[in-house]
Amino acid sequence: MSSNTVLEVENLSVDITVPAGTLHAVSNLSLQVDKGETLCIVGESGCGKSITSLAIMNLLPRKAILTADKLTLENRDLLTLSETDFATLRGDRIGMIFQDPMTSLNPVFRIGDQLEEVYIQHGKGGRKEARERAEFLLERVGIVAPTERLSQYPHQLSGGLRQRMMIAMTLMCDPALIIADEPTTALDVTMQAQTLNLLRSLQKEFNAGLILITHDLGVVARMADRVMVMYAGRAVETGTAEEVFDMPTHPYTQGLIDCIPVPGRTEPGSKLGSIPGIVPALVGDLDGCMFRNRCDHVSDACRSGDITLTEISAGRAYRCLLSPEESKNKLSVEGAA
Amino acid sequence: MPDAIQRRDLEDQVDEFEIAVPSPPELMKRRAKSHRGFIIGGSVVLFFLAVAVFAPVLAPYDPYDQDLTNRLVPPVWDAAKGTWDHPFGTDALGRDYLSRLMFGAQISLMIGFFAAAVSAVVGSCIGMIGGYFGGRVDNFIMYLINVKLALPGLLVALSLVSVFGGSILALILILSFLFWDRYAVVTRSVTQQIRVNDYITAAQALGTSRTRIIIGEVLPNVMNQIIVIASLEMAVAIIVEAALSFLGLGVQPPTPSWGLLLSEGRSYMFFMPYLINFPGLAIFFLVISINMMGDGIRDITAPEGRN
Amino acid sequence: MNQLMGQFGHPDRDAIPALECRNVGRTFMIKKGLFAEKQPLKAVQDVSLQVNRGEVLAIVGESGCGKTTLAKMLLGLLEPTTGEILLDGEPINSVSIKDIAKKVQPVFQDPYSSLNPRKTIEQIISLPLKVHEIGSKESRRARVEEYMRLVGLPKRLIHSYPNQLSGGQRQRVAIARALIMEPKIVVCDEPTSALDVSVQAHILNLLQDLREELNLTYAFISHNLAVVEHLADWVAVMYLGRLIEFGKAADIFNNPKHPYTRALLDSVLTPDASLGLPEITLGRGLPNPLAPPSGCYFHPRCPEASDQCSAEPPALIENEDRLIECHLYK
Repeated sequence: MSSNTVLEVENLSVDITVPAGTLHAVSNLSLQVDKGETLCIVGESGCGKSITSLAIMNLLPRKAILTADKLTLENRDLLTLSETDFATLRGDRIGMIFQDPMTSLNPVFRIGDQLEEVYIQHGKGGRKEARERAEFLLERVGIVAPTERLSQYPHQLSGGLRQRMMIAMTLMCDPALIIADEPTTALDVTMQAQTLNLLRSLQKEFNAGLILITHDLGVVARMADRVMVMYAGRAVETGTAEEVFDMPTHPYTQGLIDCIPVPGRTEPGSKLGSIPGIVPALVGDLDGCMFRNRCDHVSDACRSGDITLTEISAGRAYRCLLSPEESKNKLSVEGAA
Repeated sequence: MPDAIQRRDLEDQVDEFEIAVPSPPELMKRRAKSHRGFIIGGSVVLFFLAVAVFAPVLAPYDPYDQDLTNRLVPPVWDAAKGTWDHPFGTDALGRDYLSRLMFGAQISLMIGFFAAAVSAVVGSCIGMIGGYFGGRVDNFIMYLINVKLALPGLLVALSLVSVFGGSILALILILSFLFWDRYAVVTRSVTQQIRVNDYITAAQALGTSRTRIIIGEVLPNVMNQIIVIASLEMAVAIIVEAALSFLGLGVQPPTPSWGLLLSEGRSYMFFMPYLINFPGLAIFFLVISINMMGDGIRDITAPEGRN
Repeated sequence: MNQLMGQFGHPDRDAIPALECRNVGRTFMIKKGLFAEKQPLKAVQDVSLQVNRGEVLAIVGESGCGKTTLAKMLLGLLEPTTGEILLDGEPINSVSIKDIAKKVQPVFQDPYSSLNPRKTIEQIISLPLKVHEIGSKESRRARVEEYMRLVGLPKRLIHSYPNQLSGGQRQRVAIARALIMEPKIVVCDEPTSALDVSVQAHILNLLQDLREELNLTYAFISHNLAVVEHLADWVAVMYLGRLIEFGKAADIFNNPKHPYTRALLDSVLTPDASLGLPEITLGRGLPNPLAPPSGCYFHPRCPEASDQCSAEPPALIENEDRLIECHLYK
């Protein structure tokens, strides 16, 4: 690993005890984020993408059991860290942006106080420095009249502004890693592009690693340096955004791409591609490929055994028994049809 | 209406990964079976209920039959005077105490149940109407609730009883008046949360009448809360009835109400403690088991289940 | 206004439109604070549009643009304060809500809140029949089964409760409930935005099929322009309660004229890894609808605003193939 690496995760698994048994929310997930790099984790609800981010932040529910071979942030081992040490890490070295800014800002405190609190609490400086930093960041996130805004309460701001506040708050302590969980899902389309632009340019400017969790393929394609497609708690395909979108190797990725209407590409009124079947419940022993019930290319070999990630090139891997050539042929025929 | 398209029948195949999710009634049944408090409380309540219902068959004597030659016979375990003729002894007028207790269960359960039920109907209607309509209607209903909360309940009940007398019907109505507000407060706030759901809008868009929406769509979602409150209020009603009867303001003698038994046994407390112990224990066990059952119902019907 | 509507190329201008709005407006009186005077909030203003049988009308715009209020008026749940809504040429304020219900039915966004959790699928789908006292218990059951098949719900689910269904299945239940009255118009309020992408495709395909099979008219409210482009025949763009552009979907998507429509279209993020993020020039968020800007409501955010825009409000005029409300087009 290079000195550039911010976060390194190897074989992360999260098991949750539920009445029916053990829920394997995340299985053997490995990922790496470099400085200034954006990793997009994409998948549908229940695929384990949010649990992964909570696991990195050590915010998992108490019933969840985390195991990993390696979990380091800036070469610090997070697995052995105490809860108090973690608390000082969160908000300082790791910043988090949630989907709904209204619930992540405290409604009874002024925006300014909340921003400054983060700074002061992590011992970055006093009230005065904190105020200066807050005003500087508000300007950076494109808020006019920052001094006035700082004395307002969250409910006085629109959704777009609140999300900018959250971005500013995340940057207060100059974090090494930002985790954004569906940061623009609650926003209007026009606000979405602006907010993402902002997030991207600030992340590059502050040279932080960014993990962007989303179900929106459009956001992924435009934002990601690297993409990880998750299904049923596993990574099923990884690669750069170009590789994954231009030449998907896993049938699930291909299916997802075919599902969405794209102006200028899909014929209006035509039939959209769709993935039949249901998402597995992930309880009990999981054997074979988890996508087999929904896959067009399923064979008997898919039903049992451990299907591992096959690496095609550095950083490019997929979890399927089809060889890269086979998948290329089969999937491209389908994509064209 | 065209024929359904074959492609859609794909959905009819049972998926390999499909697992059975229990329906709400199944889920409740499952939770009920594993809830110890509910089972114990429920069994005791059922026991009392059976005793009350079958009292005419089970009771060895008529509870009103006086036998002055056998006054104040102690229970059977009193080695000196106890007799199997009167397992729980007799009272000051020679009436069989076991029979009186059994018939007393009738009074307690009847008053408790009907007081809880009448107040549930009245209170929930008021609460749901306020919560559903909002605005001025709601303001008026909040005003009613506030007035009720400002009244000293027990004093009002005492004065009402002294005015209307202690018939069972009067007691039920007076106790209902004491208890309706809690239903109203809870159902009102739950209804406010339910009202904003799209299934209510969908029903409105069908032209469904308001009464039908409240009864058909809102009520099933409020029912659990109503049952929980009802079980707890029933326990309180039983205690209040006993208290009123003890004070001589409730059920009138010679009706065998437990509160009245306590009151009658009071003068013999130091010589014949069983006269106090039996009705006291009966009230205690019935009330605590109703409360256990009510707690159980709350856990069983809770949306996420408690641990 | 109404004469104006017919001229820019409705294919069948003599036909009576399935749904028509004539200068529809709705004002709410909002009380801000305990002692404040009530203020008028113009949620919808002067909206005129029409759509023929079997066509899809998409209403797009940001949250707060009045599309949900408009939808409620189409369903007869809110009365317009001005103007009128016509179904098959008949004004709806003259008919009871039960009669409106036979022609217009809704499908909502969130399939978790649109189904009563305490009722079985059969009870939910048959509710319209019960409310309108149609059929016996047995005939209603048969009809429910028929419509479950139509929307692709396995028969075995008939006695299930909503919590036992997936999001897609729940939305199918909602669609079946809407269709069982055999309405002509279905008002779809963001019907797929709460669903996963793979499920969204199923539901969109289903809506397409149903439209063809049953000759349905959809009023399709959405902020997802990719979905709108895929489904709609006509597009109405709303901004702060006003209709600012209305025309054929193909025309609007190929050649958006209003600066706001252009900005909306630019904001669509297609899954193209080779493209970066678009630069959107719309500065701030929506202005306060209680105190809308002077002149054109859009001028504070408009990159092409001139002095005229802040001074006088533009009128909705016909411009070639569409209606538009903007000073840039004469």
